[in-house]
Amino acid sequence: MTPPSEAQTTDSAAQNASFGGMQARSAAALNETARVTVRNLDFFYGENKALKGINFLLPEKQVTGMIGPSGCGKSTLLRVLNRMYSLYPGQRAEGEVLLDGENIIADGVDMNALRAKIGMVFQKPTPFPMSIYDNIAFGIKLHEKLSKAQLDERIEWALTRAAIWGEVKDRLNASAMGLSGGQQQRLCIARTIAVRPEVILFDEPTSALDPISTLKIEELIDELKRDFTIAIVTHNMQQAARCADQVAFFYLGELIEVAPAGQLFTAPKHPKTQEYITGRFG
Amino acid sequence: MQQAATLPLGTPMGAKPQRAASPGSFGDTLFSAACHAAGGFVLLLLGGIIIELFIGGLPAFRAFGIPFIWSTEWDPVTEVFGAGVSIYGTIVTAVLAILLAVPVAFGVAFYLTELSPPWLRRPVGTAVELLAAVPSIIYGMWGFFLIAPIMGQYIQPAVIDTIGELPLIGELFQGPPFGTGIFTAALILAIMILPFIAATMRDVFQQVPPVYKESAYGLGCTTWEVMRSVVLPYTRISVVGGIMLGLGRALGETMAVTFVIGNANRISASLFGPGNTIASVVALEFGESEMGSLKLSALLALGFILFVLSFIVLAISRFLLRPRLKG
Amino acid sequence: MSATTMPPALGPVKDQAVAAALGRRRKAADRLVRLLSYAATLIGLVFLASILLTLFYKGFGAMNLSVFTEVTKPPGSEGGLLNAIVGSLIQVALATAIGTPIGMLVGTFLAEYAKGSAFGNLVRFVSDILLSAPSILIGLFVYQLLVLPFGGFSGWAGVAALTIIIIPIVVRTTEDMLTLIPNTLREAVIGLGAPKWKMIVLICWRAATSGIITGILLGIARIAGETAPLLFTSLGNNAWSTNLNGPLPSLPITIYSYAGSPFQDWIELAWAGALLITLAVLLLNILARSVLGRGK
Repeated sequence: MTPPSEAQTTDSAAQNASFGGMQARSAAALNETARVTVRNLDFFYGENKALKGINFLLPEKQVTGMIGPSGCGKSTLLRVLNRMYSLYPGQRAEGEVLLDGENIIADGVDMNALRAKIGMVFQKPTPFPMSIYDNIAFGIKLHEKLSKAQLDERIEWALTRAAIWGEVKDRLNASAMGLSGGQQQRLCIARTIAVRPEVILFDEPTSALDPISTLKIEELIDELKRDFTIAIVTHNMQQAARCADQVAFFYLGELIEVAPAGQLFTAPKHPKTQEYITGRFG
Repeated sequence: MQQAATLPLGTPMGAKPQRAASPGSFGDTLFSAACHAAGGFVLLLLGGIIIELFIGGLPAFRAFGIPFIWSTEWDPVTEVFGAGVSIYGTIVTAVLAILLAVPVAFGVAFYLTELSPPWLRRPVGTAVELLAAVPSIIYGMWGFFLIAPIMGQYIQPAVIDTIGELPLIGELFQGPPFGTGIFTAALILAIMILPFIAATMRDVFQQVPPVYKESAYGLGCTTWEVMRSVVLPYTRISVVGGIMLGLGRALGETMAVTFVIGNANRISASLFGPGNTIASVVALEFGESEMGSLKLSALLALGFILFVLSFIVLAISRFLLRPRLKG
Repeated sequence: MSATTMPPALGPVKDQAVAAALGRRRKAADRLVRLLSYAATLIGLVFLASILLTLFYKGFGAMNLSVFTEVTKPPGSEGGLLNAIVGSLIQVALATAIGTPIGMLVGTFLAEYAKGSAFGNLVRFVSDILLSAPSILIGLFVYQLLVLPFGGFSGWAGVAALTIIIIPIVVRTTEDMLTLIPNTLREAVIGLGAPKWKMIVLICWRAATSGIITGILLGIARIAGETAPLLFTSLGNNAWSTNLNGPLPSLPITIYSYAGSPFQDWIELAWAGALLITLAVLLLNILARSVLGRGK
């Protein structure tokens, strides 16, 4: 297994390399500071081992794309990073996931505080049945005590940052259920960043959206990496190529290869990766 | 067979696959007619109940007019009857039962959907459903022989000496500790409807897609915050529907109430005082009414009023629960 | 959308001390509600246990062979419940036998003939109302319909009242179970050239058997304990009787009148009867669940 740091120090040969007719992201920009470090991670659904010895890191303020066929463990890994799996009995993780020097999969971790630091956006938009304003305010109020003015400011900031402020600023008190699918997903992103997490996890965030909404979300992800460390699981290799700085390929619960996006899509080292990105399975 | 094989795939279910003369056609007509007739029969039943109760109550309605509904008189000797006391008792016991049962039912549903370890979920859920299956006469006996004495000896004296001393609210908890009475009836009713409300709540809570709960957890919510801010708002209409279903049952419950309500035709300020409900009056006084008497007619008129009350509540409940049942 | 139009990241990171304090309070609230929820569940279970223990304690004490061999007798003369048990069995069996086919036809009508039609929706609504309507009113209705015009209380009137109560229960489960059957199965049968009624009777009903049986068992459990509607219909009878044209004894009515009596031996018999009826009802419920579990 290739240690991530090794892959990330490769030169910029792959810069602007073309993959399947689109531009893949530059490999040179990769940051070497790890925000989240995964060491020897195993994951179990009951008896069933779904992740095997994962070593991996999320570079600070970069986008990491996670690809692989269904059931390869990429979503499972995402759900380890914010302990979402802990909601379900019988699911457990072994190994180390370090955030700010703390092993977040250890017992006794404050999961509510952890999830404020590591936010998540889901496959389907999940607006809560309340107003647009309250959807954003909801998460903030969990963790902070703000004055009305500060709260308003934060909500405007989050909605602006999620590129939806212009569309909703005149109807903040309207129900969030009335928004279109793409708007709902951007609202969910705003809700997530309003809590000001350090890391944002995207679990196939565009799989329920039309192409135009998808494009907007992708642009947004690109924007957000200025402030946040991002991991995105996607079925769509073009999306990974467009959004990600670093791409990790998973297969049958193992991390096969992780490399800068340009390199992984143009010059994969592992034959399985080659087969997957050329569409021979998946 | 050959003819059938040429049938277009999209043939709607209602269309008969055979030609009119084919052998299955007579059976189809007959069976379809039987099904439609059975459906119509159900309508006739409900219509029959309304009409028969109204006709039966007509002499009483004629004799006492509209004031029958709020008149508190009930004197078989002078043949003056009014529904006021029993309507009051019916509504007070049912509403009080709801107030007592809903928080507990919510706690049970919360436990069953979010807190229970998986191996306990089924047995506890089944136990709650069995509580719903116990016949009401059993609740009546249990209430009369076990709960009423406990109420009378321990709970009511304690409450009368404490809350009963307070101004205003104390009025509700005064008087001699009989054990039976409005409050005890409401308590037994609450225990009876608890499993119905809890089971409905559990079912609707389970229908909230996990991804909504996860996205609330993803913001750092606690389990209670997820329930309060996401699950309850999503399911509130069905939850109210379930509560109305419980209310409908509480309104018409007979045997359990008859045992423990104390059966007195008066409205007392204290909840510990005796009273009656429409159903308990009908059950108790029926045996002492002669066929064709004005008293019997008054009882049937009470039945008609109870029918209208529970019809309204049940119809609202069905309306609120409809999307869930279709879902 | 370009980076320059974006607002800057918002000021300093959040106040960790405030977040921690809020977190503690929120966790305390969460713990409190969990605790209350455990307590509520415990209360529910305690009630069930209390009812069962009371029944076992009082019922077993009163249980002996003569409960099953002797008919109800005046106080102080070693009576039993035989006539009440037999009367109940007769009425419940007849009501089930009459109500089940009607209920199945209505459920079939709703699932197979009336999908989405206004008449079908009305029938469904009315059936659901009957399902939860106060059973005492059904007793009054049958009294008006059968007892008054035909000159007296009778077993048949009791059967009629119980039938009206069991029908909507069977309707509900039949429709629910038939709705679960995939349309592809229906199309496959129709595609073979079978008439619709054969498709329903031979295939759909068979596929839904375990569900429908569950519904019937739950219905029997429900009517076996019904007391209020029998007060005005079959009335009860202290003598041995299997004559459906006259007043017929039943277990719930006997329990009701004995439990309210001042005689200790009658009260004990009432407890024995209560234990019998509760055991029967709970067993039927558990049986219904296991039938459904096996059918799946």
